[in-house]
Amino acid sequence: MRHIISLLMENEAGALSRVAGLFSARGYNIESLTVAPTEDPTLSRMTIVTSGSDAVIEQIIKQLNKLIDVVKVLDLNDGKFIERELMLVKVKATGNFREEMKRMSDIFRGRIIDVADGSFTIELTGSGSKLDAFIESLDKAAILETVRTGASGIGRGDRILKV
Amino acid sequence: MADTQKTTDSKQPTAKQMTGADILVRCLHEEKVEYVFGYPGGAVLHIYDAIFKQDGFKHILVRHEQAALHAADAYSRSTGKVGVALVTSGPGATNAVTGIATAYMDSIPMVIISGQVPTYAIGEDAFQECDTVGITRPCVKHNFLVKDVRDIAATMKKAFYVAASGRPGPVLVDIPKDITADLCKFEYPESVSLRSYNPVTKGHLGQIKKALKLLAEAKRPMVYSGGGVVLGDASAHLIKLVQAMGVPITSTLMGLGGFPASDEKFLGMLGMHGTYEANMAMQECDVLLAVGARFDDRVIGNTAHFLSNPRTIIHIDIDPSSISKRVKIDVPIVGDVKSVLADMNELIATEKASNQFVQNTTALAAWFKQIEAWRSKKCLNFAQSSEVIKPQYVIQKLHEVTKGEAFVTSDVGQHQMWAAQYYKFNEPRRWINSGGLGTMGVGLPYAMGVQLAHPNAQVACVTGEGSIQMNIQELSTCAQYHLPIKVIMLNNRYLGMVRQWQEFFYENRYSESYMDSLPDFVKLAEAYGHVGMQITKPGDVEGALKEAFDMKSRFVFLDFITDQKENVFPMIQNGKGLSEMILANDIGAEDL
Ligand SMILES: Cc1ncc(C[n+]2csc(CCOP(=O)(O)OP(=O)(O)O)c2C)c(N)n1
Repeated sequence: MRHIISLLMENEAGALSRVAGLFSARGYNIESLTVAPTEDPTLSRMTIVTSGSDAVIEQIIKQLNKLIDVVKVLDLNDGKFIERELMLVKVKATGNFREEMKRMSDIFRGRIIDVADGSFTIELTGSGSKLDAFIESLDKAAILETVRTGASGIGRGDRILKV
Repeated sequence: MADTQKTTDSKQPTAKQMTGADILVRCLHEEKVEYVFGYPGGAVLHIYDAIFKQDGFKHILVRHEQAALHAADAYSRSTGKVGVALVTSGPGATNAVTGIATAYMDSIPMVIISGQVPTYAIGEDAFQECDTVGITRPCVKHNFLVKDVRDIAATMKKAFYVAASGRPGPVLVDIPKDITADLCKFEYPESVSLRSYNPVTKGHLGQIKKALKLLAEAKRPMVYSGGGVVLGDASAHLIKLVQAMGVPITSTLMGLGGFPASDEKFLGMLGMHGTYEANMAMQECDVLLAVGARFDDRVIGNTAHFLSNPRTIIHIDIDPSSISKRVKIDVPIVGDVKSVLADMNELIATEKASNQFVQNTTALAAWFKQIEAWRSKKCLNFAQSSEVIKPQYVIQKLHEVTKGEAFVTSDVGQHQMWAAQYYKFNEPRRWINSGGLGTMGVGLPYAMGVQLAHPNAQVACVTGEGSIQMNIQELSTCAQYHLPIKVIMLNNRYLGMVRQWQEFFYENRYSESYMDSLPDFVKLAEAYGHVGMQITKPGDVEGALKEAFDMKSRFVFLDFITDQKENVFPMIQNGKGLSEMILANDIGAEDL
């Protein structure tokens, strides 16, 4: 099953490679991994999207906790959570495509953030599956380039991951 | 040495300031380090200069960095203290990697200091630069790159703390050369706390009670103890518990000595080359208490086969990730084994009146009767010969001659298994070998670390002619420090364990497993100033061992020419289950 794991770790050189190295060394899947410093600059927050059986997920959580730089780990799937991802898509915007792209962007509540002669760049946020759906609904030939941040997640209500 | 004044540093320290190198040395003094095993080089020259000017610890100059790591590792294994090694950047660090990985796999607390090129040269492919922190990351408990002289003391304090606490392991501190010349005031932190690292010690009392109840109600209870008991100094508590419950116990390769082998309740080692009774009991028990063991593939064989017999499993371990890693655990108890076992003993004692944790004695008697039947197979019997030396016989005699009191280090191969099977260890920290990584070449440097830690003890290194040549250069170190180690080489002129697998699984195609062009080991030992002996007849084995151990101050190299094609039994083939052992008589060995 797909799981979203959130963790807080010391904002130190090499901390990211410890996590990435753990996943590759133990053969765990990484669908995406995002990381950035938090409001407390000594801490980084990471969101890892992974998949595996319950036993594998249990091991992943335990192994992450074992890393000396990792302060706290939370499996967001243990409760209610919100997941968001940002995607930028550059699409062909010539002739008929120009209207079509504007319309698709509106339907998915995207925003056109760059307009050029032959192309638009659309910004879209949402769950991974929403972004997938947007890509699916576009004419393949129209897609020039895409970039996605990978998911960030946060627990709902008073599920708080903090030191 | 202490009064040699040599201030060659260009930067003149003020009264209170010290160089990074001196600070590092002071940290080691603060940690009461006795020995540093190392090898010098460009990036650590400031550190070596600081070592020259101190006499708080002794530096042992090995002949290869790998040996420095192994020796420090064995120093730790045999004493429980943190082992310390020092290597230079680049090749010094890469040579150390095998030793670090070996210690990591067996959870040995060590601090490794590696030199690094100066901070301003990092990333420029400087001479003898390598990404030591990157290379060692997967095989250390933690590592640090120190980028400021002011961080040395705090980092060293953390390194020792992390190495020794929780599930122990090696910690590497990489220090660029310029940092060791920089100046600052020395202040060693009194204590250390890391918000991201708080190992548990106390086990959950509710779980502990549940475990005791399950064990008391069991019909076929069994204890399976591992290296964690030895590393956690929990042997006395384990003995007390097993005696109080009166249940049978087996041990992994790494746990040997944690429970006395001479005790009736001890069924011997389990696993791939474990005894028939231990493996059968492990398979057939209904409640299993695992203590500081990790259900390794060499221990339980085929997992599906192991699980095909239902049993309730209780697992005590300090590392939560060891629990339910390979086998689902019914009653997990995360905690320091010593503390948990102590709690168990206390509960049994206090609840005596309530009869809560009293064993079902009738069931236990029937269980032991079954065990005796398995035991009567005498799976470790072997066909003695008057012509050729049987390797098992050498170990039996070694046990006799040393009265079972020696520290025994071993390399990796058949000889290792025979040492584990036939040297009956009654005390923890006496059996020193590489269980997890299975590193050939550890034997001799392990013996050095042990002998330095225990100068008056008998130290035997059981090895093969393949393994010993992986660190043979250390004969020189042994000469320099007058280490009276006794090398017990079981010379079968084969990479025996490889040959055994080729015999069983590759129709006797002995591909590259014959050890050709062996040196004259007697002359080789003598070349280093040691005593060398070659023993070819069974009748001479005991005499040679006695003679060797009587030379209390000499390093003696005993080259036993043994039966070439002897195999290690019992054996569980890859993919087979615990109860599917091949015994010696299955393939027609006589005298069983
Ligand atoms: C560094 C290393 N390389 C290879 C192996 C694989 N290996 C395991 S046992 C063995 C043979 C050991 O031969 P020897 O030391 O002569 O001991 P014997 O098995 O004959 O007792 C080999 C090659 C290993 N364990 N370690």
